[in-house]
Amino acid sequence: MSEKKVFAYRRENGRVGIRNHVVILPLDDLSNAACEAVANNIKGTKALPHAYGRLQFGEDLMLFFRTMIGIGSNPNVAAVVVIGIEPEWTQLIVDGIAKTGKPVEGFSIERTGDIGTIANASWKAKEYVQWASELKREECDLTEIRVSVKCGESDTTSGLASNPTVGNALEKLVEMGGYCSFGETSEITGAEMICKDRAATPELAEKFMETWNEYNDFINEFKTDDLSGSQPTKGNIRGGLTTIEEKAFGNLQKIGKKINYVEVLKPAEAPTKPGLAYMDTSSAAAEAVTLWAAAGYVAHFFPTGQGNIIGNPIEPVIKLSANPLTVSTMSEHIDYDCSAILRGEMTLDESGDNLIDMLIRTCNGRITAQEALGHEEFVLTKLYRSA
Amino acid sequence: MIQFLVHEKADSVGVATVDIKQGEKVEGLFMDSQEPHTVEARQDIPLGHKIALKDHVPEDTILKYGYDIGKVVADIKVGDHVHVHNLKTKRW
Repeated sequence: MSEKKVFAYRRENGRVGIRNHVVILPLDDLSNAACEAVANNIKGTKALPHAYGRLQFGEDLMLFFRTMIGIGSNPNVAAVVVIGIEPEWTQLIVDGIAKTGKPVEGFSIERTGDIGTIANASWKAKEYVQWASELKREECDLTEIRVSVKCGESDTTSGLASNPTVGNALEKLVEMGGYCSFGETSEITGAEMICKDRAATPELAEKFMETWNEYNDFINEFKTDDLSGSQPTKGNIRGGLTTIEEKAFGNLQKIGKKINYVEVLKPAEAPTKPGLAYMDTSSAAAEAVTLWAAAGYVAHFFPTGQGNIIGNPIEPVIKLSANPLTVSTMSEHIDYDCSAILRGEMTLDESGDNLIDMLIRTCNGRITAQEALGHEEFVLTKLYRSA
Repeated sequence: MIQFLVHEKADSVGVATVDIKQGEKVEGLFMDSQEPHTVEARQDIPLGHKIALKDHVPEDTILKYGYDIGKVVADIKVGDHVHVHNLKTKRW
C-alpha cells in the first residue's frame, strides 16, 4: 500500500469516490426532459441527458446497459434516480446499480406522464441529496483512486512533455499498487506493434492485436480518404503533428516506459485487478472518458497540446499542457502547466510528481478547471444503427 | 536556450520549442544522449513543428521517437519545415 493518503468517500461496496454526486439518470432520450426538470427542482442533483436508449440491440445494447449501470455504480456517485419511458429496462438499470448497495430508485413515465413522474422522482431526489450531504470524506489510500488517461488536441509538445509526464505519474501509481487505464484504439495505429509488446502476457498481446485489427478493419471499410483532418485532427496538424504514426508514438508516451498492461478491457468494462489496463475506446475525448467513468474510474489525466476543453459530469478531468501558447491563451482550462519541461527547467520525474500532487488535491476536493467551467460532456459510444 | 528538441539519436527530425525564423542558426538537444546539435533553418518553423536534420528524397522514411512516422513525398533539405506538404502517412 502507498503511504500517500487522500480524503474521499468510501461507498457501501468499499470502493472509493472523490465526488458525491446525486445523479438523475435517463434510461433513454425520451426521459431527458423529466430528468432535467427533477435536477432543476432539487438543487445539488445532476441530470445526465443523452441521445440514446431506444431500439438498440445486440452488442450495442449490451454496451448501452453496461454504460448506464456503470455510470450509476461509479463511486463518485452517492445515489441515483433513474427515469425511463417504460418500467422493464428502467428496472434493469436500477437492479444493476443496486448491486453496489447504494441508494437507487427507478420511475417510469408511461401511465403516469411527465408531470407526475417529475413530482414522484423529485421527492426521492430530495431525500437522496439531503442524505448524501451528510456523508463525510475519510482517509483513503491513493491507490484506491482509479485513474484513466487520454490525450486530446495533441501536438508535438504532447509527445515531448505532457504525455511523458502522465507516463511518469502512471509508472509511480502502478508501482504503488493503483489501477490505471489507457485506450484510444485507432490512435495507436502506427505504434500497434510497440503497444503489443507492452502486454504482460502473450495472450494479452494477442487480445490487444485482435481488438486493434477489428477497429482498423472497421476504419478501412468506411474511410473515404487517408483520414487526414480526422485522425490526425485539424488541430493536431496545426500544432505540428503530420501523420497518425507520429501521433501514435506520442500518444503511447502516456503509459511510460516500464509498465505492462495486465488486462484488455471491452468498452466500459470494469478492471478486475490492480495495474495498467488497456480499454478498447474511440479516440474522441468525450466518448472515451464517458466509457472510463462507466468502468468505475474516478479521476482522469488529460494532456492536451492545442487545448481540448473536454470535461465529464461525474469523473473529474485534470488537464495538463506543455504548449506555452495554450497555457497562456487558454489558461482557464489548464490545471497543470508543464511547459517548463520544454524550456529545460523541469525534469519528467519532477513533472510526474507535480501531476500526482494535483491528483491528490483533486481527490481532496479541489474543483478542476473543467468542473469550474461546467464542461460536462456525457457522450455514449454507439456501435451501430438502432433497429 | 535551446530552440528545438530531438527525441532519439536516430531521428531525422527535431521539434521546434519556440517559433523559428528562416535563416536562423538554431540550437537543439537530443533528449536521449543530451548531445547538442545546430541547424540553419531554411524556412520559418512554428513552435511544435518539425525541422529536418537530414536530407531526404521521396519514398524515404522519416524517423521520430526512433520509429517510422511516414513517407517523404517531396524533397527535404536539412533545415526545412517537415509537415503535411512533404510527409504522408503509410497507413489508411
